[in-house]
Amino acid sequence: MNVSSSSWRETAGLVSRTRREFLRDAAGLALGSAVLQASPFVRAESARKKRKVVVVTFGGGARDQETFAPEGQENIPQMLTEMAPQSSFFTHVSNQGILGHYVATASLATGVYETLNNFASVAPEHPTIFEYFRKELRRPSSDAWVVAPSNGFHRIGESEVRGYGPGQGARVILPKRLLGLASAGGNADLEHLLHDNYETPLYTPVLAGGEVELQQLEMILKLSVGDFASHARTLSSPDELSLYIAKRLMREEAPSLLWITMHDIDVAHSGAYSLYIEGIRRTDRLCAELWKAIQTEPEYAGNTTMFVLPDFGRDSDFDAGGNGFQHHRTGDPASRTTWMMVLGAGVRHGVVYDTPVQSIDLVPSIGAMMGFAPSQSSGKLIQELV
Amino acid sequence: MLPRDLKSESFATYPPEARAIVVQHLEALRRLPLAFVPSLLREAIDYDYRFPIERKVLEKELSTLSSLTETQVHEWFGSFASISLSAGLEGFDWVNLPAQFVEQEAAYLWSTHQLDSFRKAATEYGNRLEQANKAEPLPMQRLGIAVVGRGVTTHSGILFRNLRKHGTYFTNVGPQNGLETLLAAVGERAKTYPSPYAHWYVDGGTPVAHGAGITSVSYDALGSLRGSLLKRMRAEIDRPGMGPEELRTVLARLTPTDLGVEFNADPVLSRFELKLFTEGSGTQIYSTTFAQWTAREVLRRAQAATLLVRYAPRQRQRPMNELLAGGHGEAEVDAPGSLVDAEMGAYYHWIDQQRLPDSERSGFIAWFEGHGEAVAIGPSLSRRTESNSAIDLGKILALASA
Repeated sequence: MNVSSSSWRETAGLVSRTRREFLRDAAGLALGSAVLQASPFVRAESARKKRKVVVVTFGGGARDQETFAPEGQENIPQMLTEMAPQSSFFTHVSNQGILGHYVATASLATGVYETLNNFASVAPEHPTIFEYFRKELRRPSSDAWVVAPSNGFHRIGESEVRGYGPGQGARVILPKRLLGLASAGGNADLEHLLHDNYETPLYTPVLAGGEVELQQLEMILKLSVGDFASHARTLSSPDELSLYIAKRLMREEAPSLLWITMHDIDVAHSGAYSLYIEGIRRTDRLCAELWKAIQTEPEYAGNTTMFVLPDFGRDSDFDAGGNGFQHHRTGDPASRTTWMMVLGAGVRHGVVYDTPVQSIDLVPSIGAMMGFAPSQSSGKLIQELV
Repeated sequence: MLPRDLKSESFATYPPEARAIVVQHLEALRRLPLAFVPSLLREAIDYDYRFPIERKVLEKELSTLSSLTETQVHEWFGSFASISLSAGLEGFDWVNLPAQFVEQEAAYLWSTHQLDSFRKAATEYGNRLEQANKAEPLPMQRLGIAVVGRGVTTHSGILFRNLRKHGTYFTNVGPQNGLETLLAAVGERAKTYPSPYAHWYVDGGTPVAHGAGITSVSYDALGSLRGSLLKRMRAEIDRPGMGPEELRTVLARLTPTDLGVEFNADPVLSRFELKLFTEGSGTQIYSTTFAQWTAREVLRRAQAATLLVRYAPRQRQRPMNELLAGGHGEAEVDAPGSLVDAEMGAYYHWIDQQRLPDSERSGFIAWFEGHGEAVAIGPSLSRRTESNSAIDLGKILALASA
């Protein structure tokens, strides 16, 4: 066996082709190049005012071979059979930035490859999509929300950039932190559950202001601390809790821009392959549940575009610098190349695009959909979406 | 400080043998770029505690570097020299803390988008070194054995899916005395080719009896070490100013003596065992991860001629609702999940083995313990083939070794 890597470009291209061929075979999707009509967005200009966008990061980094490659199909039945046929699917999304979850999510949210310390409690170095959205469209703080998995993400909602910055971005809700606050003093075994992330499982940044957050739980989500804690007891994972909070936000606040970062899959850092696979299957189910909620929630049905994409992949089995699925440290093609699924308002159904795009292209593309210009983003418009 | 400023006194705190070998090749080190040298020193600083093969590899590498002409140095290290590093990195104590430097360097390369250039330079260097230092052939065929699925009574999924592509899948294996047969084969190989750290038995649970001349590491035997390490980690985390990177620095500096646990009289093996927990992720929590990571490190570092890894059920991950209900409950195990972990671990075991010299004539067996399924890979075995004939593990061993 030859375990040496092909060139970056060759391997990334191969990964994308595999996805495309599989999707075409399995879900009967058409290739983007065969679709000649103009984008639905051209005709949807008048609908912009009501447009809502939901972004879901298929959290924690997932590889092709466990998702859209033929051998991975059993792990994503909902996305494959229910969502993919309704979506525009991009087979070749690359992330050329730092492959840590917070910094990569910050890069997704700013449209710039951020270089901040992945484990530090710092704001993104460039304006976020939430700041552009609120400033240019004059939207209130209730119209942009982030649901994130860990304390390390608490500053993801806004930068400190002059002209943008504090108070002008998204409100951030950290369901696991809320659960910790709500369960304080109880007999729950929370140490394992509330660890901040799977890369540094014993370290959790300390945040202040817990009392205020609990009040928001009651005031904004219309949820008593007791009911929240009770409901949490029926759920099996932090991402299920995130989905619960996201659905509650959609019902009570109906934000136009909602960003949900899933994270269960990152249990792969523990090295237990079965738990990684379980995480993918759960995330597949939760994405489908969210999509159903979008279609049934009156404020969202018919006018919402949903983006689903991993923040990045994970290391290849064959890169000697890594340990396969466990981490995302090598920067090899498998860890940098992912996919993106776009569904809903203004999106062509059942189309596969091989055009290489970058994860930082998300921000300008959403900007074009919603009517704002992210001036400091270095991403490019994804033409197939605008 | 830059490599050209190195003096023999710079290595005063190195252990004696490490200091001697580095000083012997000081002139060679002084000609090399900073982006490269700490990676080499990271290996050299632990020279006194390295496996024999690692020492040999390092000696050869340093000798090769010393033999390069100025033109060759330029050819070999031009790509490393063109990588720009920060003043902070240049001022770092990379001589005494090379591992920490390499970690900070990696973060810097990520943030400055130089990681791909570094990877390319490192790959080219590795290829050149491989050409210059051809590995000596092993006196015997390398053999890997993975025993998976202990505690699983039935399994309905496709087993050994990845490995089957590379060998023959047996569906009618007589499981009687299977483990004993495999361990006896390891013992025989240790007798035929006795060499320190050449033959290994890794167990994810409690090890069974095995022959002399086999180096054994097990999850259960290292329980007190794991406990002490976790206690130490928690104490460090509670210190003001402690973050993930600082914690890694602390862990990288730990020695067996620091933990106050007498777990092995062999200083080389003690260090190796400690690093399994300080450098491995998840090895402290899941026995399946421990077994897989240990196999990787045994092959990468000791270049074992024989490695038998037996996986045991790991502890079950408790879902959120159970954790919220409180109480620690009994320590349950997840046998089916552990089989999935172990199957992937067996695949990685084979991949890691194929990275070593003489891989084209190596043999590999993965067996579902107590059951009739096994897969064998070897020069004389057909790929993507299935055999339903009755066979025992002794015969499969013979086929994989042919």
